[in-house]
Amino acid sequence: MIGVTHYVALSFLLFAIGVTGVLIRRNLLTVLMSIELILNAANLNLIAFSRQLGDLNGQLFAVFVITLAAGEAAIGLAIIISMYRLKGSVNLDDASELKG
Amino acid sequence: MPFPAGDTLLILPELFLTAAASFVLLWATFVSRPRERGLAFFSIGALAATGLLLFVSARMAGTLPRSAFGGMFAMDRFGLYFKGILLLVGIVTILFSLRFISVSPYPGGEYYGLILFSTVGMLFMASGTHLASIVVALELMALSQYVLAGYFKRETKSLEASAKYFVLGAFSSGVLIYGISLVYGAAGTLSLAGIATAFTTAKPPAFLVIGIIFVGCGMFFKIASAPFHVWAPDVYEGAPTPISAFFAVGPKLAAYAIFARIFFVGFGPRAGDWSAIIAASAALTMVVGNVGALMQTNVKRLLGYSSIGHAGYALLGLLAYGDASGIGLWSILVYLLAYAFMNLGAFGLVILLESKGYAGESVDDFNGLAAKNPWLAAAMLVFLLSLAGIPPTAGFVGKYFLFSAAMKAGWFWLSLLAVLMSAVSLFYYFRIARAMYLVEGEGTLHWREEPAVSAAIALCAAGTLAMGILPGPFVQFARTCLLPFGP
Amino acid sequence: MTAPFFFWFFAAIVVFGAVGVVAMRQPVHSALFLLLSFFGVAALFITLNAEFLAAVQVLVYAGGIMVLFLFTIMLVNIRRTAGQPYVHRQAGAALLVAFFLLAVVGGTIVASSRTSGLADAPADPAKLSTTTISRMMTETVDGKTVKTPVTEQVAGNSQAVAWGLYRDYLLPFEVASVFLLVAMIGAVVLGKRTMEHVD
Repeated sequence: MIGVTHYVALSFLLFAIGVTGVLIRRNLLTVLMSIELILNAANLNLIAFSRQLGDLNGQLFAVFVITLAAGEAAIGLAIIISMYRLKGSVNLDDASELKG
Repeated sequence: MPFPAGDTLLILPELFLTAAASFVLLWATFVSRPRERGLAFFSIGALAATGLLLFVSARMAGTLPRSAFGGMFAMDRFGLYFKGILLLVGIVTILFSLRFISVSPYPGGEYYGLILFSTVGMLFMASGTHLASIVVALELMALSQYVLAGYFKRETKSLEASAKYFVLGAFSSGVLIYGISLVYGAAGTLSLAGIATAFTTAKPPAFLVIGIIFVGCGMFFKIASAPFHVWAPDVYEGAPTPISAFFAVGPKLAAYAIFARIFFVGFGPRAGDWSAIIAASAALTMVVGNVGALMQTNVKRLLGYSSIGHAGYALLGLLAYGDASGIGLWSILVYLLAYAFMNLGAFGLVILLESKGYAGESVDDFNGLAAKNPWLAAAMLVFLLSLAGIPPTAGFVGKYFLFSAAMKAGWFWLSLLAVLMSAVSLFYYFRIARAMYLVEGEGTLHWREEPAVSAAIALCAAGTLAMGILPGPFVQFARTCLLPFGP
Repeated sequence: MTAPFFFWFFAAIVVFGAVGVVAMRQPVHSALFLLLSFFGVAALFITLNAEFLAAVQVLVYAGGIMVLFLFTIMLVNIRRTAGQPYVHRQAGAALLVAFFLLAVVGGTIVASSRTSGLADAPADPAKLSTTTISRMMTETVDGKTVKTPVTEQVAGNSQAVAWGLYRDYLLPFEVASVFLLVAMIGAVVLGKRTMEHVD
């Protein structure tokens, strides 16, 4: 039978893939997409728990997470566009003026 | 009516500031470049009026703490303490920015508007008692700041700072939200009080610990403590300097407010699960920050590393969770006030020197400051002594109570390490003092050239000295601003 | 809880899409895989009695965020990034460490969720699609206006979410509106080509 554990496991897998993407990719666009995966993982968790607990709060919080994801995407993409205009590259480690 | 009308009264200061911020944005479209100072003075007035409203609405609210909007928002003295400091930080930031923005090719309207919006987010953070309201307010603050960091968008450094801040900030928010989703699964609720009740009555599943660790990682990022500190020096160096000053103080204070609230009120009953993690991060943060600062020649980077070290000291207070006197919390409150004064002041000096061309960022630019302008050099000396924790300054008072809180909680090795690291910090703070007093420099500098910045610096110096010489009233006041929590 | 076929089918889509996002060299391919993953997640939301969120997921993510991504990819010329290494040099080592850490953390989460008793509790999805509201009912009795409080049950997941958002979560909802305003201003400030005043 499919229970909450299945969903939690799937959500964690999604989270792990997202974290991996943030860690290994150089392209800012792909990094931003990986962050979206992480937020999706959190939503899956919230909604699976919400169903299991019979409590609506998880779904309501998920609405806010989607809102935050949209706002972050807007700003992130604006930063990417400005960066491309200035430097002709959207790679994170080409951002090298600041000594890391 | 789901909520009593009185609830709106409690968020009156935040409502007013939101309206003022929107007004600044609208007004900016009608204002020509030379008249933009009006926007800045209006913003300062709005922040001051918000402070007044804070006082009024707290008086009208009657007995505190009061909860509003179904447990989303609390008006309590803990939140009010933070809000007072945050508004002051906003005012000082705008004073720092006045000339900086007017000589730059970038418009002031959105700049001041975003500072105000960011402050609105921080005010809501200080009062959030539900994970939903905390996260949304946190994101409001963070989003404004990603933009402010990259505001000088045709300067590669500024844009890179913004990109770094954004990627790491969004990532850490993702981790924080994932952690919250696990906590929700374990507790069945998102309100901090509900979480605390759920954990005292039932034995929670083990994944809760992982949820708490993820939430902690998100917090560690926001306060720039190790191992999530790497962004801080880069962002402080790259961002416009008044914004670096703002970043080094405002968001950190607000993040400490939610850190303390989430961990003391919400996760309090599970203190055994998280104290070791916080101790490890505190130790690592103090070492990384102070040792990292030793090698810096850029003052903004140096202050960046030093602020990492300071974030580590403040973590010590969280470890004294179990102490019934609440020393863990009020020592953080005292320390953060001291931190705000001394750090803003030190950044103010950098801004003052920087405005003579793009030069104030190297330690060498402080050469001979004492001869050029003894008052400014004396103010910087006060800030440096305070940052290093030497009496009679605010920094000493703050550190004294924090370290003794850690001692009382039984973290002897950590207190010892903190003292040791304070000694290390003397070396790099002394480098700036030596440049000011013992090295000869060129040119002259008069404080009248920058009245707004000088006034802000004088305010910070007065605060630093007042807290150092007469710590009693400040400590007494902080002791009345505790959270309703208990072990 | 759910028919196993649906879960496994959509879970496979979600994971396939997510792996594609991380593994594809070209951002536009990553974006299309991301879209696939979003749709899979939306389908899973339906299996979890979250019909409203499934719709929002499709509208906001697939409809809004995705278009934003594709526009950006169109604006920044991706050809120039082709041919260069697209992962960090230490990616292999990072992957190994991450895999080890994640296996431990993931193992703990899954194992404890299985044994926590949470999984045994019977799910009660009916609560997710009903909500109790109380309101004032205005009637005219004998020419006078009489107000009486009434409590009633409202059915439907969207209705329940709406009541939750506009009643219980009113404050974060309003703060979120300020958040979106800032997102809009911020995107304009950063994205606009010139911001100088011409005077």
